[in-house]
Amino acid sequence: MKIVVCVNHVPDTETKVKVGSDGVSIDKTGVNFIMNPYDEFGVEEALRVKQKHGGEVTAVSLGGDTHKETLRKALAMGVDKAVLLKDDSPRDSLSVAKALADYLKGISPDVLFFGKQSIDSDNGAVGSMVAELLGMPSVNVVVKLEIEGTTVKAEREIEGGHEKVETRLPVVITAQKGLNEPRYPSLKGIMAAKSKPIEEITPTPASLHVEVLAMRKPPAKSAGKILGTDASAVAELVRLLHEEAKVL
Amino acid sequence: MKILAFAEQRDNAFRKSAFETVTAGRKLAGESGAELVALVIGGKVSPIAESLGSYGAARVLVVEEAKLQRYSTTAYAKVVAEVAAKEKADILLLPATAMGKDLAPRVAVKLEAGLAADCTALAWVDGNVEATRPVYAGKALLDVRIGTPRKVFTLRPNVFTAEKAGDSKAAVEQCAISLGDADYSVQVKEVAQSSGRLDVAEADIVVSGGRGLKGPENFKMIEELAGVLGAAVGASRAVVDAGWRPHDEQVGQTGKTVSPSLYIAVGISGAIQHLAGMSSSKYIVAINKDKDAPIFGVADYGIVGDAFEVVPALTQEVKKLLGK
Repeated sequence: MKIVVCVNHVPDTETKVKVGSDGVSIDKTGVNFIMNPYDEFGVEEALRVKQKHGGEVTAVSLGGDTHKETLRKALAMGVDKAVLLKDDSPRDSLSVAKALADYLKGISPDVLFFGKQSIDSDNGAVGSMVAELLGMPSVNVVVKLEIEGTTVKAEREIEGGHEKVETRLPVVITAQKGLNEPRYPSLKGIMAAKSKPIEEITPTPASLHVEVLAMRKPPAKSAGKILGTDASAVAELVRLLHEEAKVL
Repeated sequence: MKILAFAEQRDNAFRKSAFETVTAGRKLAGESGAELVALVIGGKVSPIAESLGSYGAARVLVVEEAKLQRYSTTAYAKVVAEVAAKEKADILLLPATAMGKDLAPRVAVKLEAGLAADCTALAWVDGNVEATRPVYAGKALLDVRIGTPRKVFTLRPNVFTAEKAGDSKAAVEQCAISLGDADYSVQVKEVAQSSGRLDVAEADIVVSGGRGLKGPENFKMIEELAGVLGAAVGASRAVVDAGWRPHDEQVGQTGKTVSPSLYIAVGISGAIQHLAGMSSSKYIVAINKDKDAPIFGVADYGIVGDAFEVVPALTQEVKKLLGK
């Protein structure tokens, strides 16, 4: 089975976002970058599918040289190959998807994993777009996956429940927290990953479909009233919620 | 100029997001003189379609087929894109719900359109739609403009208010799109609803608990307060990672971003990734023992006290107010 997992390299969740000097992206000074957390579930599931069905797992990332750090992590977790589509020009989700799809066309993966969204741009669109560009079925926000022969059964999260979805290989799956518990790379894995090659490929140049006019901080919320230090403050709280906030 | 608003339904009943999407479309149309058309897809949706008139859709297109009763990513995406092309719609609005987020990227590819996902504001500026969308789970906002001739926007639930514009009934038109078996390559077989649980991303009130509750058994009092308020139960990442609560309740950067009218945080200190996910709530109440907890920095009302004492008292007081 040919298994591919796409991974992104993003600021970690502790990052305090500052707007950069260009006014349209973040100030990267002092920011710690990590493998996109949802992509970790994708890598883990890719390795589990390989374990069960055999084959090879390739991790692919689109971005600058810094993305090699995340590809090394994927190698350390156990993927067989890593490919960097080396280009760090700004892209919207459709131009990311086009570059990935152009590369993946030549690979024809049986199962193609993504995280359900990148925690930087929060579009949650690239997986589905790649699927559409490659004419593949897709199941998004997946918390359970079973592959038997060419039949794919997946459960995806929806509002207040799960949808049980059926489709066939080849398929695109976007991973949600809960799909699995991603492994920690072993020391041996980390050491081995250091010497594994990362293939570099020049992707399709970016064409922009969405223009970012400005990045700004949301209006700051200021601290409100402390109403008390015990249950005696509850009556006042309910009064304020009812009369001032009018939410009760 | 034409705006096509996708009105989401499940089991032949509109979801709240349908009315929000149509209302947003009406407002955008009003600002620009564009025409608004709504689209409903499903198994038997004609009877409900005309009700969209009261939210401002004069014309509602219905694509109805027994097989569309259950959601199919591929079939629905084809229908939306083909209707948009047939109607020569310039702007497509979908809700940023599980269904809308699943459809919009495929529709955007089919229409060679740029996509702005999870928008929290739309406005006409110099003959173009400018959208605001949160990134980094709300730690920053982007103002964006789509440059392609056709434009796809998904709208964050609970942000665009559904408002009736009168009580007129829409003109309902059946629209035939030919679908073959291959179009149903991704098919929902079954929907497992968690019994009566509200989703944190959709609820108007959310009561969330964190590590300050000391153990999973103590979420009972959170559930009781939520029950009285008709609220959804949320949780911090710490308690989800500890296995106390299911991950679909997690609020924050690796969970759900929520904007309810009222967010009550109990025993949650307010890590930056949690604050990012809930700071856009209209009113925030914090109940925490630690007066220095960052959550008080974003709370409108705070009680620095013991949750085990305050929460049951709050449940009683709300019951009194609501006459329950």
